[in-house]
Amino acid sequence: MNTPLLKLDGVHTHIGAYHILHGVDLEVAQGELTVLLGRNGAGKTTTLRTIMGLWHASSGRVQFDGADITACATPEIAHRGLSYVPENMGIFADLSVAENMLLAARGARRLKDIDPKRLDWVFGLFPALKRFWQHPAGLLSGGQKQMVAVARAIIEPRKLLLVDEPSKGLAPAIIQNMVEAFRELKRSDTTILLVEQNFNFARQLGDQVAVMDGGRVVHAGGMAALAADEGLQQQLLGLSLAAHQ
Amino acid sequence: MKSSATAGQAMDALPTVKPDRLPLLLLPVLALAALPLTGSFSTWVTLTFAGLAMGMIIFIIASGLTLVFGLMDVLNFGHGVFITLGAFLATSVLGRMTGWTESESLLRNLLALLPAMLAAVVVAGAVGLAFERLIIRPVYGQPLKQIMITMGGMIVGVELIKVVWGAQAIPLPLPAAFRGSLLFGDAAVEKYRLIAVVVGLGIFLAMFWVLSRTKVGLLIRAGVQDREMVESLGYRIGRLFVGVFVAGSALAGLGGVMWGLYQQSVTPEMGGQINVLLFIVIIIGGMGSVGGCFIGALMVGLVSNYAGFLAPKVALFSNILLMVIILLWRPQGLYSVGKR
Repeated sequence: MNTPLLKLDGVHTHIGAYHILHGVDLEVAQGELTVLLGRNGAGKTTTLRTIMGLWHASSGRVQFDGADITACATPEIAHRGLSYVPENMGIFADLSVAENMLLAARGARRLKDIDPKRLDWVFGLFPALKRFWQHPAGLLSGGQKQMVAVARAIIEPRKLLLVDEPSKGLAPAIIQNMVEAFRELKRSDTTILLVEQNFNFARQLGDQVAVMDGGRVVHAGGMAALAADEGLQQQLLGLSLAAHQ
Repeated sequence: MKSSATAGQAMDALPTVKPDRLPLLLLPVLALAALPLTGSFSTWVTLTFAGLAMGMIIFIIASGLTLVFGLMDVLNFGHGVFITLGAFLATSVLGRMTGWTESESLLRNLLALLPAMLAAVVVAGAVGLAFERLIIRPVYGQPLKQIMITMGGMIVGVELIKVVWGAQAIPLPLPAAFRGSLLFGDAAVEKYRLIAVVVGLGIFLAMFWVLSRTKVGLLIRAGVQDREMVESLGYRIGRLFVGVFVAGSALAGLGGVMWGLYQQSVTPEMGGQINVLLFIVIIIGGMGSVGGCFIGALMVGLVSNYAGFLAPKVALFSNILLMVIILLWRPQGLYSVGKR
């Protein structure tokens, strides 16, 4: 494993009276795609939100690129090079696709300030965006919105991309489209932390995998090893199902 | 193979839902409906202009209030104090320039009015900055405390205004060139109402330009919809909010000058009286929507004037009635701001 770009050490997070994360330890290696798996309510989304500073850890440490960001405010964390695609996609429905992208490109004051090479590359990943450029983002379909959300996160180079369930609610053919886009992102050396429930989607992309249950990481290792070991899958993911019943 | 072709079509399908322009029709419908009721065309013209002028001034005051709510869910019941402050500042500035305001020269009148407006904008903006720091910031995210403390802030503010200017009403006469009416055929339109419409329209267009053509405006529109995502993209929404609050207070100060001139008299209670209208307007428009606030303000202005002429008893509650009717049609207001 390369040096970790992101490292969580015993992170606990409370939301109001609820204790959600119970000491999460997690490493995301530079240049790799790490998948966070686990059943509903395991704490995956809370982990991403805690990294992003949208909820603050009550104890433990979040280190990014060598610096402690545990207590940083969300905008500062974004400025350090993290970008975030939330589970609800966070699309500004009343704004056009172009305006959504302009907001994500912090360095650009106007549309024409966006780096044209980068924009072409994004259009290459998601050709539909070009057609809907001037359309209100709220009118797009779920898959199209997800494309806008991911495109927004990569319109400027960032060090780490946090993506929460990009396959949720999408038709199988569109999921495959999304897989291709993430493969291309991996080729461009982007480090990604992906939350997923769809094991098939996760298996096609992941280099590393961490499985969460009950607010902790209960397994961490290579994706290839987990994909090959049905017993382990049964134990980790099947176990969660049993606990769910 | 077949499924991927279908998916391709689905992804390329153009969105078909049209933007909602129905509320834009309300104003002409309302005005035309009043035409046969008023009996004479000239009366209708006079009433319509009076309504539009009143609506424009209310819009200038209410626009900041709706954005402040939209961005941070802060309901500022103290907004009225900035109106009163602006109006009293105008009495002081214009009172010292009677030589210019009583002159028949339009230029001199304008040169007297501009510093009055400028003083109102600057002082109301500065007081707004202090108000946000001292009163609003400690109660972010606590709606009940916000209501109590902003109302309290308003009471303290009004008493302070009484300390400086006294508790009595102070006349605020119109500059000489703005008095009287212009005749269009039989219809008399007060000059000042025309000016109020022009100034209000100018401010609406300027605001529209900032909101639709600049990045700050884009951030405001995005922040009203999803504050958390704006922060996740790396923007400090707290600073944006302070800016909007100060601008909203400054506009309320400007609106106070215009309202004072419209009434030609200024009292310490005027802010509190208009406050009720402001909340009716932003609820009609949809909390957080500037476009909705504009339509709502003009409707309230028109309905007040038509009802005041046609059925003075109904006029007492005509605005509440208007709000109820609009909310029965659209419970979120004319334009609901898509939040979270």
